[in-house]
Parts: sequence; structure tokens; C-alpha cells
Amino acid sequence: MTRKNMGITSLAALVAIAMLLFAGSGSVAASDQPPAANADVTIDNFVFGPQTVTVPVGATVTWINHDDIPHTVVSTDGVFKSKVRDTDEKFSYTFTKAGTYAYYCSVHPKMTGTVVVK
Amino acid sequence: MSGKKQDLIDQKLQDLNDDGIDRRGFLKCMAWAGTGLVWTLSGGIPGSRAFAKSSGKDAAKGADFSFVQISDSHIGFNKLANPDVTATLQTAINKINAMPHKPDFIIHTGDLSQLSKSSEFDTLDQVLKGASAKQIYFVPGEHDMLTDNGEQYLQRYGKGTKGAGWYSFDHKGVHFVGLVNVANLKAGGMGSLGHEQLEWFEDDLKGRSASTPIVLFAHIPLWTIYPDWGWGTDDSEQALSYVKRFGSVTVLNGHIHQIMQKIEGKVSFHTAMSTAFPQPAPGSAPSAGPMKVPADQLQRVLGITDVNYLVSGRSLAVIDSPLADSDPATANGAGSAVVDSTLE
Repeated sequence: MTRKNMGITSLAALVAIAMLLFAGSGSVAASDQPPAANADVTIDNFVFGPQTVTVPVGATVTWINHDDIPHTVVSTDGVFKSKVRDTDEKFSYTFTKAGTYAYYCSVHPKMTGTVVVK
Repeated sequence: MSGKKQDLIDQKLQDLNDDGIDRRGFLKCMAWAGTGLVWTLSGGIPGSRAFAKSSGKDAAKGADFSFVQISDSHIGFNKLANPDVTATLQTAINKINAMPHKPDFIIHTGDLSQLSKSSEFDTLDQVLKGASAKQIYFVPGEHDMLTDNGEQYLQRYGKGTKGAGWYSFDHKGVHFVGLVNVANLKAGGMGSLGHEQLEWFEDDLKGRSASTPIVLFAHIPLWTIYPDWGWGTDDSEQALSYVKRFGSVTVLNGHIHQIMQKIEGKVSFHTAMSTAFPQPAPGSAPSAGPMKVPADQLQRVLGITDVNYLVSGRSLAVIDSPLADSDPATANGAGSAVVDSTLE
């Protein structure tokens, strides 16, 4: 092949490969994801349940308040802080760094919990 | 009705005398009974019906002034335990307005609102406008600190206060101190006064004669009632040490939505009912949350507190009244008189 032909062929090959990648990107990405990693924490009778939840890096934890009284979700290290959550309201936080995150309800500080991110 | 309540107080003192224990001895005895709960009011006191029907007319005989404590109005709350807390607050104000002896002022010991919303504070102000007692003193509850660390509470009710809203004032020889124990609460803890406020408080009391009657008021109880539910203040011991030298100290709190009292030496502690909803007795339910009662009983477990001060005896009479008159057979909750005096 002449150099010019090789250039066009290479370009075509690149385009073909790119198209394959993009066409397949949806299914490729899905099968590469880990199984559902997000977690829910419920608030019932002034208790976070489960009190300790363990999630992988990148997971989202969602708190939902089932009490007749508003609560908050506040990290003791200032990492996250929810607005006040009334009955049935939710708060979500996505943990992008590994670590142990202690939190509590700033309205009823005896309520405490932990998120462990591995 | 007139004379009945005074008769009851006289009767109580008579009974004590008949036991061979005079009042001084009785109070000493109760103090020795320890730092735990001395008694929880639960109706059944002879003449509790009289308390429900009148609201301190005769205990006020000879009183130099009186004021009323209300607490925990939780404007904005609308769940089953009370779908209309504004209406029950209005009932409380009507009851105060109807009292034969006019209180000099009202003290609200916090949880004015449910969610610290503007609209909730507006509604509260609207109802309180109808009180014939024009002077109202406030301290915030944790529900008033929810959206902005209490900024809005301070703007509306914190004129002349320091820090998170503490202050003091004098009225006819009695020194009143409003304390804030709902700011900067720490994980795992209970109520908290904090170093800055404690310093201010110690300084505020300096130089005052020990015969000055002291009234402290704060939202969360300043004595430990039930730590599991956060019913106490982590650093209240230090605050109470500052008032040790005074001859008469009365502590008025809210937060727990039920009446509890304790006498320890010269200090009387008293918590008020809510005007919004009751809460369960310590440990009697999975949590401290709003307690539902049958609709026709709601007004019997909500109430106001009438405090009468007698200069001559330097004593305060604290009388709780439910919002509704209760039939003696089914009376529950409020209805009692605590008369304390300096032990001199």
C-alpha cells in the first residue's frame, strides 16, 4: 500500500473502532458497574436504622424520616449537613472518599449513626 | 370556687403539721430523698377539679404579682397528635386572658415553632397579639434553631439578648434569667449551655443579695430527668452552683411536654405542659415523640402554668392548669400547687 492509502485505511480503522466503542458503550458500561451499592437509612422513633451502614466509594446513602418530628443528618466532621427533614422527607449524600463518617441529628443529639465507606 | 384553692394549700400545710414534721422539716426530708424525681403530678389530688376550673384566683390572694409560663407551642405541627396546634395555643391564651388576677407577663419556654419557618413565627405572633398581657419573654427551643442556627428567632425575639439569646431582667425584686441550652448541641449529648453563657451567667449574678429570689428559665430541663431521651443539660451543674448561695431559686423549663417537679435544697425545678401535644412519660414508649390521646382528652394534657409571688414570704406558688376542665373521676395530668419558701 502507498503511504497515503495506509493513512486513509488507518483513519477508517480508527473511525470503525470508535463507532464500535460508542455503539457498544451503553452495554459495556452497564456490565462494568458493580451491583447496586447505594443504601437507605430510615429514621424511626428517634433511631437511625441501621445504625452503621457500609457502602463502597461512590455510593449514595439516602436517609428518610418516618417520625412525626423533624430531624437532621449532620456529619460530626462537617462533611455533610442536611436541611431539616420533616416526616417522609429525604436527604441523600454521595460518598466519594473512603473513610468512617460519624453523624448525628443536631436537633436530638442523642441520635447517632455511622457510614463506613470502603 | 373561691377559697377552695387557698383551703387546699392550707390543708396541705395542716397535714404536714399533723405528721409532726413542720414544713421546714418536710422540705429537708424531700431534699434528702435525693436528686431523683420527688413527685410527678398525675391528678388525683383532692380538689384538682378546683384547679381546673379556677386558675389560681385564691392562691393569688396576697400575691404581689404573678406571671404565666407557656411552652412548646410548636406552631406548624399538624400530625395526628394535634392537627391544630394554633387552636390549642389560642385556647391557652384565652384561658390566661380570663384569669381573675392579671399576670404581669408571660414567659414562653421555647419550641415556639415546629420548623423555624417565617410563617410559623408569624402565626404565633398573631395569636400572642390577642394576649392581654402585653409583655412576653421568650427563650428558644431546638425547633426554633432549625433553618439558620436561630438567626430568625434572634431577629424576632432576641432584642437585647446575648449570644444565642440569653438575658436577664428584674421585676418587682425578683431576678429572672433566660438561658439558652439548645444551641451547638454535640453528638451524643443532651442540652448545653456552653462556656460563654456560663461565664456571662456567673457574672450576671455577682453582687446580688442572697435574699433576691431567682427565677431561671430555659427550654430543656436544667436537671437530668431521662438521659436516653436527651432530657437534661450536660453542663447545668455548673450553672446551678452559681445560684447555690441564693435563698429562693425557681427553675422553669419545657421540652418534655409534661409536668415534672423536684425540690433540691432551696431550688425548685418545674417543667410545663405543652400547648400543642403531650409526650410519653420517660421510658414508657419507644421514643419521646408526640403522644396521641383520644381527641376528647387532648385539652386535659395541655396546659399553662401560673406562678404567684409573695414578697413577704419570698415564696413562689406554681400552679398548673390544663386547658380543659376535667371531671374529677377521669382527671389525669395537671392540677397541683407547689408552694416553696426560703428556709429562714
